[in-house]
Amino acid sequence: MNSQRRRLLAAGVAAVAFGAVAFAQPKEKVIRVTARKWVFLPREIRLKKGVPVVLEFVTADVVMGFNAPDFKVRADIIPGQVARVRLVPDKTGTFVFLCDIFCGDGHEGMSGQIHVVA
Amino acid sequence: MRQSIDRREFLKLAGLGGAVFASGLAGGAKFAGAAESDFYFVQLSDTHWGFNGPVVNPDAGGTLPKAVAAVNSLGFEPDFIVFTGDLTHTTDDPKERRRRLAEFRDIVKGLKNKNVRFLAGEHDAALDNGQAWKEFFGPSYYSFDHKGVHFVALDNVSDPAARIGGEQLAWLKSDLAKQAADARIVVFAHRPLFDLYPQWDWATRDGAQAIDLLMPHKNVTVFYGHIHQEHHQMTGHIAHHSAKSLIFPLPAPGSQPKREPIRWDPAQPYKGLGFRGIDAEVQEADYEITEYPVKRA
Repeated sequence: MNSQRRRLLAAGVAAVAFGAVAFAQPKEKVIRVTARKWVFLPREIRLKKGVPVVLEFVTADVVMGFNAPDFKVRADIIPGQVARVRLVPDKTGTFVFLCDIFCGDGHEGMSGQIHVVA
Repeated sequence: MRQSIDRREFLKLAGLGGAVFASGLAGGAKFAGAAESDFYFVQLSDTHWGFNGPVVNPDAGGTLPKAVAAVNSLGFEPDFIVFTGDLTHTTDDPKERRRRLAEFRDIVKGLKNKNVRFLAGEHDAALDNGQAWKEFFGPSYYSFDHKGVHFVALDNVSDPAARIGGEQLAWLKSDLAKQAADARIVVFAHRPLFDLYPQWDWATRDGAQAIDLLMPHKNVTVFYGHIHQEHHQMTGHIAHHSAKSLIFPLPAPGSQPKREPIRWDPAQPYKGLGFRGIDAEVQEADYEITEYPVKRA
């Protein structure tokens, strides 16, 4: 076996192994949130401590923001794009999230809550 | 009989007795006890002209004119007056925004003292990056010197994401580079420069960078608005003082689940609203704050 074939084979084995590992990992829950003037839908997000989730944000209106200061995660929500943040809640309780990009007349009321249980 | 009265003494007396002393001084009494370099300025904030919400302020159209009258009747002339943002209440309509800004400007023309400085708030400026506000009031960030104090007005609202931004931070760095380490520096801003309570959007996203630039200076004090209440906090040696609003008070940071205006109390009208006077003692880099109600008792 020449060296080039050995390298290709090794690469193939590695790719299969990586694929198997990836396949074996439980898929993280995805929660889709729509931001629109001037509300997040859903307003309430229920999570479990230590269980990672991916929050996906979309908007059809104007540029908005998602900010959950207690978990130090935020994202710009841009019309036509999907914004994603990964969140692993490290504490239980009820925490505020809010739009942190001034987006219009009702901006200041645009917030929601993340409930984290054990 | 004393021919003149020390300004601080006057303020204390005015706080106790109010209008009697003010009217007594209106004839031109001088503050002989004050050092030449000491001075006095007035801060008003969060007037939200155009706001409509009778439950929280049934006199929304009358509060600002009353505050203007109250400043005019202080009984002595401040060196200057500053409005720290949210002059108008937000509107999605650019035409209405300009109408509110014009009405606000016309009302504050009633101030006897014409040395008035303005800052924008997010309600004025965030929806058009400060365009309309600048048409009325000029540059949104600037500095000036007054009797030995270097004043810096920052704009942390024209960016809807509440950033001061790289360009303005570079300007701030350059502006501060001209100041000695022990210079007396007063910063005006609308939003808090520090993370007061980000859960209620009481923060500036890159405010820490501004504070880092200010830290090498020994004598820095920040006066801001945005949170519609008095609040006093230190970041290192830098003191931050927020002012009351002239439209509705807001609850203490994190004291309730939602940031909602405090309802008007008919038994105590204008409660929680007001403006402040600041007695600047330049040598001591000391700023004595006197809070005034909208209407004198």
